[in-house]
Amino acid sequence: MTTKSLIAQNHKLSSAKSQVNFLQDSNITKFSDKLCDQNLYPLTPQALEIFQINVGKMCNQVCKHCHVDAGPDRKEIMTRDTMLLCLEAIKKSGATTVDLTGGAPEMNPEFRWFVEELSTLGKKIIVRCNLTIIVANKKYNDLPEFFKKHKVEVVSSLPYFTASKTDSQRGDGVFEKSIKALKMLNEVGYGIEGSGLILNLVYNPSGAFLPPDQNALQKEFKDKLETLYSIKFNALFAITNLPVSRFLEYLVRSENYETYMEKLVNAYNPTAAENVMCRNTLSISWDGFIYDCDFNQMLEMKIGVETNNQHLSDFNAERINKRNIIVNQHCYGCTAGAGSSCSGNVA
Amino acid sequence: MKTYYNPDDLKKFGSISEFEPNLAKKFFDYYGDVFKEGALTAREKSLIALAVAHAVQCPYCIDAYTQDTMEKGCDEKQIMEAVHVASAIKGGAVLVHGVQMMNKYKELSM
Repeated sequence: MTTKSLIAQNHKLSSAKSQVNFLQDSNITKFSDKLCDQNLYPLTPQALEIFQINVGKMCNQVCKHCHVDAGPDRKEIMTRDTMLLCLEAIKKSGATTVDLTGGAPEMNPEFRWFVEELSTLGKKIIVRCNLTIIVANKKYNDLPEFFKKHKVEVVSSLPYFTASKTDSQRGDGVFEKSIKALKMLNEVGYGIEGSGLILNLVYNPSGAFLPPDQNALQKEFKDKLETLYSIKFNALFAITNLPVSRFLEYLVRSENYETYMEKLVNAYNPTAAENVMCRNTLSISWDGFIYDCDFNQMLEMKIGVETNNQHLSDFNAERINKRNIIVNQHCYGCTAGAGSSCSGNVA
Repeated sequence: MKTYYNPDDLKKFGSISEFEPNLAKKFFDYYGDVFKEGALTAREKSLIALAVAHAVQCPYCIDAYTQDTMEKGCDEKQIMEAVHVASAIKGGAVLVHGVQMMNKYKELSM
């Protein structure tokens, strides 16, 4: 398994522009036309609920499907100054939830300071923790206690309840470390009924296929993780892989791209389209630019220029809430089947 | 190269209605109902379908139900066990006829 990001490999699909060109260069029905068919184009926001912040692309893992192209060789990290801009924007935005992602967000040296500041705002805080970071180094071993102190909701990827499927997607040894970290989270109360500490897991298919029914899979994960490892968690989010960055590169390399896109298009669900996450979410990059979602962020498709505030330094909630959401062919990933968002199904 | 089986034909399955729409509609409605969640889960039905696909040696069905079982959350061990179930039944069906062979052998022997 490669341990380098696409950008470090100087791969042709490492640039956002080349990915967008690739996605547009096909006979697949335009996503915007699909929205037009149900009078949903241009797609517009509803009330803003979630302020998702990507605090950096640095990560201790190099997952094969990562849409961020994150890894140890990525040095893009949000500074405290940009975090201060985030705090100001959150206050103005009306958002009720702050969702921290990366990379491994905990590797940002300002991470703990930022969570402490966020917790004083009284917002719900979500951290997308890759689990292995908790056991990667002694300095991270107290993360479960830190999360507990600030009542952070932990959302963690675990592609399957076996080592082979997990490690094939996330790297050798990741499953064993993830199980160890899940036990540490359970020990402080995460995922335990009545504790008020929420531990949700994320399932991504480890290949070119769509995720299973979320409820059926949650039941199976709960049974297996409890029986095999005595691990408890709250909910499972089944998330579709979008054709962006490393997953796009995988689709092309394995010659699955055309059939996967066909599958996404054929599974287009109008109800999922009405409920896509970009309608209640804003996504902020490590350098403070504003996007409709984390996928648009990775494709460097900033929010519409008509808002005149593509950067946090010009944040204007009113104008942003009147914007048109930028869509492209990758958006089919969020509207297939039961729909997909950072919180799982949407239909 | 021309072959008897073309993977693209799987996508055209629905086109059998072109020559006989009424029966095709009845078949596809029935097919859809069979695979709905019922006393058996959709996942269990998909695994049975995969096993049968091997027993009837239908390459279209093997492609379709390998993907379908994966999309129902099955891993490689589970789907291979399903194939072994098909193999055991097919193998067993061969071997159980060995009793008939033995009966005939004994009948013809002094």
